[in-house]
Amino acid sequence: MIVVSLLFYLFSFIMIASAFMVILSRNPVHSVLFLILCFFNSAGIFLILGAEFLAFILVIVYVGAVAVLFLFVVMMLDVEFKSISSTVISYLPIGLTIGVIVLAELMLVLFTWKRDYSVTDNLSITTDKQYSNTEIIGLVLYTDNILFFQLAGLILLASMIGAIVLTVNHRPSAKRQDINKQVERDAESSIKNIDMKPGSGI
Amino acid sequence: MDNILSMYLYPAAIIAAKSVFLITTLLITIAFLLLADRKIWAAVQMRRGPNVVGAFGLLQSFADLLKFVLKEVIIPSKADKAVFLLAPFVTTVFAISAWAVIPFDAGIVLADINIGVLYILAISSLGVYGIIMGGWASNSKYPFLGALRSAAQMVSYEVSIGFVIITVILLSGSLNLTDIVNAQSGDYGILNWYFIPLFPMFVVFFISALAETNRPPFDLPEAESELVAGFMVEYSSTPYLMFMLGEYVSIVLMCAFATILFLGGWHAPLPILDFIPGFVWFVIKVCFMFFMFAMVKAMVPRYRYDQLMRLGWKVFLPLSLVMVAVTATFVVFFK
Repeated sequence: MIVVSLLFYLFSFIMIASAFMVILSRNPVHSVLFLILCFFNSAGIFLILGAEFLAFILVIVYVGAVAVLFLFVVMMLDVEFKSISSTVISYLPIGLTIGVIVLAELMLVLFTWKRDYSVTDNLSITTDKQYSNTEIIGLVLYTDNILFFQLAGLILLASMIGAIVLTVNHRPSAKRQDINKQVERDAESSIKNIDMKPGSGI
Repeated sequence: MDNILSMYLYPAAIIAAKSVFLITTLLITIAFLLLADRKIWAAVQMRRGPNVVGAFGLLQSFADLLKFVLKEVIIPSKADKAVFLLAPFVTTVFAISAWAVIPFDAGIVLADINIGVLYILAISSLGVYGIIMGGWASNSKYPFLGALRSAAQMVSYEVSIGFVIITVILLSGSLNLTDIVNAQSGDYGILNWYFIPLFPMFVVFFISALAETNRPPFDLPEAESELVAGFMVEYSSTPYLMFMLGEYVSIVLMCAFATILFLGGWHAPLPILDFIPGFVWFVIKVCFMFFMFAMVKAMVPRYRYDQLMRLGWKVFLPLSLVMVAVTATFVVFFK
């Protein structure tokens, strides 16, 4: 067990340290890289807990996709590094306020939280059978929590359509490439013989 | 103390020894595969290819290795030094670590984990970081453009690779690579392999793997005619070697992954041929896949960037989505 707890402290130490570096480092690209390190270590903690499915989904979704987009945006912004450090003080009050509120909420949750056994006892699967945790998540998600799962899917769909509607910009004047049109084009439809009379234009 | 030794230290030592053995074998194999790649390419173009170092040029890769290692490492003056040097290591380390879950034969696998497929998907999606970091840290326009292209390309094709893998998982009912291979065993040999029922997905996987590993015809990130060498412009000597190595390791990984998902892993194509060890079959199949990769590189001209994106999002994604639905329907009603 001592190795497991050592690993836990290692992962959580690196996680918290890199989380601090996210807000402390001057270069925004370094911040994102530290954020990725932070995600990695939280995946490590999931692995210690034996939740390997969650760990790898975390890596695939957050590190493999979300953080790449972060990195994309931050790299292309080309921020002046000095101006960031000078504006830190002006943002300090609002940042502190938000931080204190979040901390207070976390404390409230932490000290008033009680496990509701009526939820876990009424699940349609029992944990005494030897399922892998991928199967368990599937069995709970698609049976007991199917409503929430579908709702989450609907919300995602709505936000996706919203994002597309906001950004799509169809200008009829813009020339677009239509692959089918290009493939269908042949000599007969694109070449026209015109009998020109001398001295006149088309 | 004894307890800790027997519980953690000895298994750790065994795993470390196995990993070292795996990595050494892998790297030596890749040295020869790299040569094979160049030889095949040369043969298609009616050239001889490397033929000076060693018999038939067999030692060419090792000569290249020496050359790369002995040259001077040049770091651009305004580059972000730490990230610049970290990037090639990230690429290589992630590429090699994905091999941990690949089963070479029944029981011959470093880590037989329950979610091997997810592990490979996760690790191969991280390969993009080496490229983005290298492109950004070089502090130059060509590498940056190459990195942006590469990131967009890899993220797009990962989506369709994910759906292709889901169809295989639906048929085999497991995320474990050994179970997926075993699901393809049977009395009919080659007819049991998944590339027959899932042939369109096999083709989609093959093409997406080309795009995912930045191989021609999808080597836009390092398109010589436009971007000189893309994200690798500023790299020289050992860091460059690490990038190339990482690229080839992940190409061979994709070959092995395709072998496991679609070509029945270590199983013999005919039941009569079962006496040949499974490991040999696995290597033969991986080499066949690699040969296909090399032939594509030799024969197909480079795609244009917008065509690449169109293929990924407008052709492969709908196709693989439909196949996921079809396969799921089949599994529910007919299996």
